Parts: sequence; C-alpha cells; structure tokens
Amino acid sequence: MTTLALHVRRDGKNAEELKVISILRESLSGASAHSANVLTSPEPFRTAEERVKNDGDTQASACPRAALEVGTQAPDFTLQATPDQTVSLKDLRGAPVILAFYPADWSPVCGDQMALYNELLSEFERFNASLVGISVDGIWCHLAFSKDRKLHFPLLADFEPKGAVARNYEAYRQQDGICERALFVIDAEGTIRWSHVSPIGINPGANGILAALEAMTSKQEITA
Amino acid sequence: MSSTITAMLTPPVTRRDHSQGPPVAPITLVEYGDYECPYCHQAYFIVKELQEQLGDQLCFVFRNFPLTTVHPHAQHAAEAAEAAGRQHKFWEMHDTLYEHHEALSDKYLKAYATQVGLDLARLNQEMAAHGYAVRVREDFLSGVRSGVNGTPTFFINDVRHDGSYDLVSLLTAIEDAL
Repeated sequence: MTTLALHVRRDGKNAEELKVISILRESLSGASAHSANVLTSPEPFRTAEERVKNDGDTQASACPRAALEVGTQAPDFTLQATPDQTVSLKDLRGAPVILAFYPADWSPVCGDQMALYNELLSEFERFNASLVGISVDGIWCHLAFSKDRKLHFPLLADFEPKGAVARNYEAYRQQDGICERALFVIDAEGTIRWSHVSPIGINPGANGILAALEAMTSKQEITA
Repeated sequence: MSSTITAMLTPPVTRRDHSQGPPVAPITLVEYGDYECPYCHQAYFIVKELQEQLGDQLCFVFRNFPLTTVHPHAQHAAEAAEAAGRQHKFWEMHDTLYEHHEALSDKYLKAYATQVGLDLARLNQEMAAHGYAVRVREDFLSGVRSGVNGTPTFFINDVRHDGSYDLVSLLTAIEDAL
C-alpha cells in the first residue's frame, strides 16, 4: 500500500512533491530497520550496506535539533481537534500532558508510533496524563487517519498558520514544512519536564514518556 | 532530564518466559512479536533458520507484543498461545499461529488448538475468561519499557538489535555478541 502510494507520487513533477517523497523515504528506511508493524505488505529485507547508507542519509538530512528546553513553561495553544472542537493546552492544566509532534498522518513510522501510543492510553491514564498528537495535517486528514487507525486520543491540526505551535516548541522543520518527531511531557503546572526529538525516521517508542511520568509522580499518586 | 531511550531488555529472561534451547546457551535471542504481523511471519522463518544453524549455541525466547487496534486478532492469538503453554504446547501453538498468520479469528484458533492436541474445553474456558490477558499485557509493557516500538523487535543477550532482521544481519550481530 505504501509502496504504491510512493510510486504514484514519484510520477509527480513539482519540487514540493519530490520533497514529500524524500521525507517519506526516510521514514520508510527507519521503519524497515526497526519498527515494521504496519498494515502494509512486508518489504524486501535491506542489506546491511543499504541500511547504513539509508541511516547515513537520514543523519545528514534529518539530524534532530534540540526542542524547547526542560524547565520552561509550555507555550499555550488552541488548535482544532475536530471541525467544530478545539483543544487548548491551558484547559488540560492540572494534570500531566503528553505532546507528540509528528511529521505526517499516514507515514509508516507515524502510524506505528500512534498505534503504539493508542495501546498505552490506559498506562498514561494511571498517571492521569492526557495525550495529544500534533502535526500540520488538516483536520479532515486527521479525522480520516484517526478513524482508519482507530485512535482514541485527539490529533490536533497545526494547520493555520502552518506549524505555528510547533515553531513555538522549536519542533518545526522549516526546510520540509513539517513537525519534528518530538515528544514533550508537561507537568500539572504547565512546565516542560521532559522532551525528546527523534531522527525523523525513527519511532521513539514510549519508554521515555513513561519514565518521565514516573519521575514526576510519586508512587502514592498512582492508582495501580 | 536526560532523553536517553533505554534499549536493554527489562526484565531479563526468567523461568517465566517461553524458551527453546539451553538456558545456558552463549546467545539468548528474545523476540517481541505479534501473531498477526506480516513482518513477524517473515521473522518466524528466519528464527527457525537461526536455530537450525546455531543449535545448542542459541536460546530463543518469545514475548508477546500485540498491537491490538491494528491487528484485531493478535490479542486472542497471543492468549491462545499462552493457554496452550499451560498445557505444555506453547511452541506447537506458536508455530501453528505463525504458519497461519492470515487466519487467526477465534474459529481458526480453536481449529489450531485441536490440531496441536489441546484440551479444547479447558482452552475455551480459559480463553472466555481472558485468563491470559494479564500475562500478555505484562509482556507488552515489558517490551515498551525495553524500547520496543514495533514488531518484530529482537534482543541479543539483552541488547536491542537495531539492524535489519534478515538472516545475515542477525547472524552477524550474534557473532559480534559472542
């Protein structure tokens, strides 16, 4: 399914489409190395040489930058969650919040990452933490993606002005016009307590999030 | 706070795990897998080949990592394998499930259970009670804490293998670990 989509896009002529292809290819290279649990058919194995080459490419063009620092107040935002609903960070104040910026709906790595988080919502709830995903995709795209993957947490559209929230969190890839694959754990007072920026093609998993939630929550507060 | 992502197996292999091969083998290969994942289906045959080539040098351990919303039959399949384990036929069921990874509805699970010689009444009872859901979830969470982000993910002597999981890559990584 993914490969077919790429072939269709490869036929495109303009530079913007080619850039999308290059980002998706990076995502694919990361996906096949380590996180391959997607709905698509298996791709052929890559040789070790190909893997090193691809990972090298990823490093060269997608070297992660530092995001907004731990200890800083998380910038507030209000973004569309559905066509007629918005979510504001300040409304989530009083409990931990996990922000998962990601490059694009439908890309294989994102699908894996969001599918994994979907399986972990009950774990996040143990810490009373809410999770939101954020990308520059429009709300209708988010809805289709969310429905297809049966996601049970909101995807917010950082769509207009494009990437404005991601920029505030220093998690925007200006050259590509997409969000970094960046995670933030924000405490009940609205302070960033942990952040992590992955290489664009690498699914960061969830251990860092859970470790951060544990570190900022005393055991007594967890309802086991 | 550090943003280091742990890539060590947590917890390590214990008697609780399902294993094949001598526990004292110089190489312990742990797979986190999902019975409905097409990539795990590929990896199943690779592991068989590794076992063939490495013999007593290898101890293979399987832990569950079902992505249940992506793979709607993966959870029950994992529970069925665990239930089979209670009847000392975990690996028979494990192999059967991977050899039929595209047909894992409850109806088929029961057929496979019969095929491997399980007590079907007991299996049905335990499956209905979701007696093994907790165990499967424990595996899943241990995977998350070990840095598993998709399936299959392998650990060679407790260290996450981040390379490709084709035969040559895995053999090379195993040689490096020896």
